[in-house]
Amino acid sequence: MLRLPPIDYRSPQRLEEVIATLASENVRLVAGGTDLWPNMKRRHQLADTVVSLMSVPGLRGIEHGKDGVKIGALTSLADIVRDDKMRALWPAFTRAVASISSPPLRSMATIGGNLCVDTRCTYYNQTEEWRRSIDYCLKEKGTICWVATKSPRCWAHSASDSAPILCALDAQVKLIGPDGERVIPVSALFRDDGIDYLCKKSDEILTELLIPAGSDQDHCRSAFWKLRRRGSIDFAVLSVAAAVWTDTKNTVTRATVYLGAVGSSPVSIDVESLLVGQPLNEDLIKQVAQRAQKAATPMDNTDFAAAWRGKMANNYTHAALNEIAGLPVRCAPPKHGLTVV
Amino acid sequence: MKARSTTTTAVLKINDEDHAVAFPVHHTLLEVLREECGLTGTKHGCELGECGACAVLVDGEPVLSCLMLAAEAGDRNIETIEGLQRNNDLHPLQTAFADLGATQCGYCIPGILMLAKALLEREPDPSEGQIREALSGNLCRCTGYNRIVLAVQWAAAMARGDDWRPPPEAFHSTSLPQASA
Amino acid sequence: MPKSDSKPAVKASKDNPELRLIGTPFRRVDGRTKVTGQLQFADDLSFPRMVYVKLVRSTVPHANIKNIDCSEARKMPGVVDIMLGEELPVPYGILPVSRDEHALAINKVRFVGDPVAAVAALTEDQAHEAALAVKVKYEVLPTIDSIQTALKTPEPRIHEYGDEGNLHKKVSLEFGAVDEGFEQADVVLEDTVFFQGNTHLPIEQHAAVAVAEDEDRVTLYSSTQTPHYVHRALARVLQIPASRIRVIACSVGGGFGGKTDPFNHEIIVTKLALKLGRPVKATLTREEVFYCHRGRHPVLMNLRTGFRKDGSMTAQHLRTALDGGGYGSYGVASTFYTGALQTTTYTLPAYRFEAVRAFTNKPPCGPKRGHGTPQPRFAYEIHLDKAAEKLRIDPAELRLRNLLPANSVTANWLEVGSTGLRQCIEAVVAGSGWKERYGKLPEGRGLGLACGAYMCGAGLPIYWNHMPQSGVQLKLDRSGGVAIFCGQAEVGQGSDSVLAAIVAEILGISLADVRLCVADTDLTPVDLGSYSSRVTLMMGQAAMQAAERARELIAKAVGAQLEIPENYLVFADNRVFYSGDPDKGLSFSEAVIAAEARFGTLGTTGSYTPPRAPGRYRGAGVGPSPTYSFTAAILEVEVDPQTGLYNVDHVWLAHDIGRAINPVLVLGQIEGSVYMGLGEAIMEEQEFRRLPKRLSPSLVHKMPSLLEYKSPGFHDMPEITSYLVETDDERGPFGAKEVGQGPLLPIMPALANAVYDAVGVRVDQVPIRPDLVLKGLQAKAKGKEARVGPANFPEIDFGDPVLVHTPEQGGDGRAVDDPKAKRRTGVGSSTGTMKERDQALKEKDSAALTTN
Repeated sequence: MLRLPPIDYRSPQRLEEVIATLASENVRLVAGGTDLWPNMKRRHQLADTVVSLMSVPGLRGIEHGKDGVKIGALTSLADIVRDDKMRALWPAFTRAVASISSPPLRSMATIGGNLCVDTRCTYYNQTEEWRRSIDYCLKEKGTICWVATKSPRCWAHSASDSAPILCALDAQVKLIGPDGERVIPVSALFRDDGIDYLCKKSDEILTELLIPAGSDQDHCRSAFWKLRRRGSIDFAVLSVAAAVWTDTKNTVTRATVYLGAVGSSPVSIDVESLLVGQPLNEDLIKQVAQRAQKAATPMDNTDFAAAWRGKMANNYTHAALNEIAGLPVRCAPPKHGLTVV
Repeated sequence: MKARSTTTTAVLKINDEDHAVAFPVHHTLLEVLREECGLTGTKHGCELGECGACAVLVDGEPVLSCLMLAAEAGDRNIETIEGLQRNNDLHPLQTAFADLGATQCGYCIPGILMLAKALLEREPDPSEGQIREALSGNLCRCTGYNRIVLAVQWAAAMARGDDWRPPPEAFHSTSLPQASA
Repeated sequence: MPKSDSKPAVKASKDNPELRLIGTPFRRVDGRTKVTGQLQFADDLSFPRMVYVKLVRSTVPHANIKNIDCSEARKMPGVVDIMLGEELPVPYGILPVSRDEHALAINKVRFVGDPVAAVAALTEDQAHEAALAVKVKYEVLPTIDSIQTALKTPEPRIHEYGDEGNLHKKVSLEFGAVDEGFEQADVVLEDTVFFQGNTHLPIEQHAAVAVAEDEDRVTLYSSTQTPHYVHRALARVLQIPASRIRVIACSVGGGFGGKTDPFNHEIIVTKLALKLGRPVKATLTREEVFYCHRGRHPVLMNLRTGFRKDGSMTAQHLRTALDGGGYGSYGVASTFYTGALQTTTYTLPAYRFEAVRAFTNKPPCGPKRGHGTPQPRFAYEIHLDKAAEKLRIDPAELRLRNLLPANSVTANWLEVGSTGLRQCIEAVVAGSGWKERYGKLPEGRGLGLACGAYMCGAGLPIYWNHMPQSGVQLKLDRSGGVAIFCGQAEVGQGSDSVLAAIVAEILGISLADVRLCVADTDLTPVDLGSYSSRVTLMMGQAAMQAAERARELIAKAVGAQLEIPENYLVFADNRVFYSGDPDKGLSFSEAVIAAEARFGTLGTTGSYTPPRAPGRYRGAGVGPSPTYSFTAAILEVEVDPQTGLYNVDHVWLAHDIGRAINPVLVLGQIEGSVYMGLGEAIMEEQEFRRLPKRLSPSLVHKMPSLLEYKSPGFHDMPEITSYLVETDDERGPFGAKEVGQGPLLPIMPALANAVYDAVGVRVDQVPIRPDLVLKGLQAKAKGKEARVGPANFPEIDFGDPVLVHTPEQGGDGRAVDDPKAKRRTGVGSSTGTMKERDQALKEKDSAALTTN
């Protein structure tokens, strides 16, 4: 059996205590554990002490208010998927969360954890023994990024399905650290670097998520499309999250498109310059899709041929915007995650 | 890295029975169930949360026991495959799986049965799509899954007192078309 | 005495229409323990004082070992022992011709994952920590990463044996007048095809526990499909008599061929148990299971066939090149299997087969479900689809026209007895609406047909001997219970249920009254194990014989006691009674008491040895089987032309099962085969990463995990319609044939053919990834050839062919340069059917008797 290395484990009930513990050497934070424990079992993430957030009260639950919906960072993905009001208001968000990994994992994993999930790479998400045989990589202990050996940076890809859709929906996160709390847009949480992929400080804790209200009044329609080999379990090799706000005349007032898994952070596509002030139509969608293909940097570090994934950024963006525009959708994605249980 | 780990103790409530156990704090619920409690019905196929073989229920929710520290399971209600039958009577899921040949090597089945139990408690009359989604985190290499889906439908019917049975072609050859000349 | 209107009792046999158990769906005998968590797999066992072993594995693909430093590891907490290769100097390997493995590498490592040291410690945690602290220094050798590299790089050799350089095995066989055949053809078709390697991926990771008993006796519990071969390997490597080693195969949590070799960890725990005098356990991690591998060989193939205008074939030439990985394993057999069964489905008058297996620095390939035949079957069935198009014959019709008749001897001297392939094709054609729909569905939707055939057990054992391939013992006593002893291993396929049902049927008792003791080399007679689809047929025949012998003894005793002739006794409903008056009889336990009183302690045996096959040339040992199963399948697919993504919607599959002993289990095997076939066809790949040569010699498994090695899940399965064709084979128990492997064979080519019907793109390789389909579509859009696949087959010197005359030519099964060969004057008849050949042999024998 693959097992965890020995650790000290703490599960304090006060957030301050968790934050204080994080100040020590070689400490890692855990919530649902579905990202950290596999990484520690493979030993590409190590710690002397692991401090859990799970005993801290008040960090879970979904609260629908007039400002929008507040989701506690420890809310399980399963609880989000089962929230009827959420599904009615932000179906694309529910769809994204419902597509994460598998049902038993979703009942353990937290939304905060999914936003902060480590970047992934098939040269990195391997056991200690395997990584020894390639002399490690830039992301951990090594000197070379095997994905792009001449590159000075790490190309591990963003692996969160909730991140692109929350970026697209203008969501915000609350971070609490030793110096107090701050609220930042989800899109500002990420940095385009495979190693240092979060703008959160190591002793800051993501405690809450807010999806601002008003979306439905402003006729926001959103879509989430995910490409992967199988209908469950797999991480996205490409995801497309799109949101389009229109006025009463069906003119676009605001639009966002983010790609997941084809960069070290969610990749923002510049669509406003194309779409705002016009009604969404087939020709504009085509242009957005071409921009998406250009912006995607799929690398040979996950499943499927990288070049084809780049091409799929076009098709999937096209499909997502067609869905929003109510136009026919032709792509045949693998059957997945659309049934809620 | 620390050479020695801390040992902790807990009383785990498993299938409504208390187990007082001592274990290293970094050991998962999977390891403690199998190695300290002797409950080896819970299996493992990857220990990384990728196959579902180790699924158990914690407070009614399916959980991958390979990704949960036993230390986190202290005052919670744990259900494993060993608790599925009542005395010597099989749960309808167990009856349906055994009679329909939904188990071949049987190794992935404990995890699948626990997911199916959680599903039936939430949804007594699940659609095929709901069953497939509920079980979609569990890999099986023998059956091809369809027979498992049918067995869950059959068990759901049994549990509801419905006399629905899988169609004859689940037990016998589909009728051969009349051979042409 | 019998009444005048009574008839002799009909024995339970394949002729008996009143079978009670056979043919009826019943709960498998291990069904209950498999749904309650009660059944123990190897890793579920633990013993007092047990220590845990962790293997230190090579981190380089090809190297000489310069030094292994265990000093730091030995000092670590809990470490009991660290063992190196010198302690286990005797090599082993499943095939006597390639005993090239050491339990722990000696001097040299051959792939990343090759074990070099074994650390035993009080806990698995401690064993792992210490294993990480073992330091190995390597002198790196050039990395041989593919068939092509192996062909170009004879030195340094990965092994010091083999046909030449890094070519492990070369085969060149020619049956009949191949060149003549091609000259007679109206159309000659050629295809170059690649079949990617893939692995078994059983959900149960291999585990083994050894328990030392006396100072020189030891028991090994292991998740193995072949306890007998593990037993032999242990005796050889440990150099202690086999009689002192006991191997027990626990229920196996999925095998598919991946647990049929003796493995390093099995030998290591047994050695350590004897050394340390305490139980020793090793449970592999998922990654290590990928290193055990023995999975599907990647095979590059070139297939050339001559067709007449009417669709009949004149000759075929098949060349295969196998990427074998770092060790022999079953590889020599696998190499022959990439050609041997090519003749079993359709009539081929002349056939040339050339093959080569290369050693490469990867985990060794071996037998996976279908062993060596899915690759050439894929090539053949897509080839036929192309031929059908060229000849303007419907693909189903083309196959029907070429069907090998029942009771044939093929060009390569395989005896094919019963065949239900015609009924199979007709069933799927009718079921899928093929005639109305093939070639006529809207763009993007398509149907594809393919067929296959598989052995029901290999005619020859792994090592040459004259003993039975399967043995069964029965113990009966006054309790009325029957204990069945057999060396076969239940791997999930349902062999325990087949065994119990056959005995219960013949003795007329219920399944609850039989108890099984299986796969225990101390207690059970030898059965060679669960591989090559041999168990139902071979164990079944042995079980029938043992049970019939028991019934005979009981009938004698009951007949005498009740004064009824033995042949008027019926065994049914746990009773033995007079056929003319069912009230006149004894309960089964009373009947056994009568027999025990009359004959003393009761026990019977049964054994099975396959009939000898007619081929006598070198290589003729691979391919023969008592009989063959046949399958036809049609797949329906929907392809998205924009992306190349597709979904398989429906599979119709018909299988010639001979007779279904338990139809529920047969259907389960079919569905499992369809599933595994779809996995291979759509997504599964045992892929490797070669790091840039200028920076690293490394060659690593790309994704040794259940997450990244893609196997289909619950959402990825189509609807399956299964037809069972019962041909009642005279060599099968109650007429039964195999079902565990055959139904997988047509799936991959049927998908490729369906994709072609849907979008007009030929993908001549598996897996058929969406990016390949899209590539074909883009080529098609540009007016180029809408084909994706390997460009060419490398130049290979296969050596001089062994020439064998076919039965049609009047050959005698020997190679023509064999001094014993009777050139064109042998016993073969001009038609070469099995019956005619048997007749000729009988005549020859009687002639020999009269002249001597």
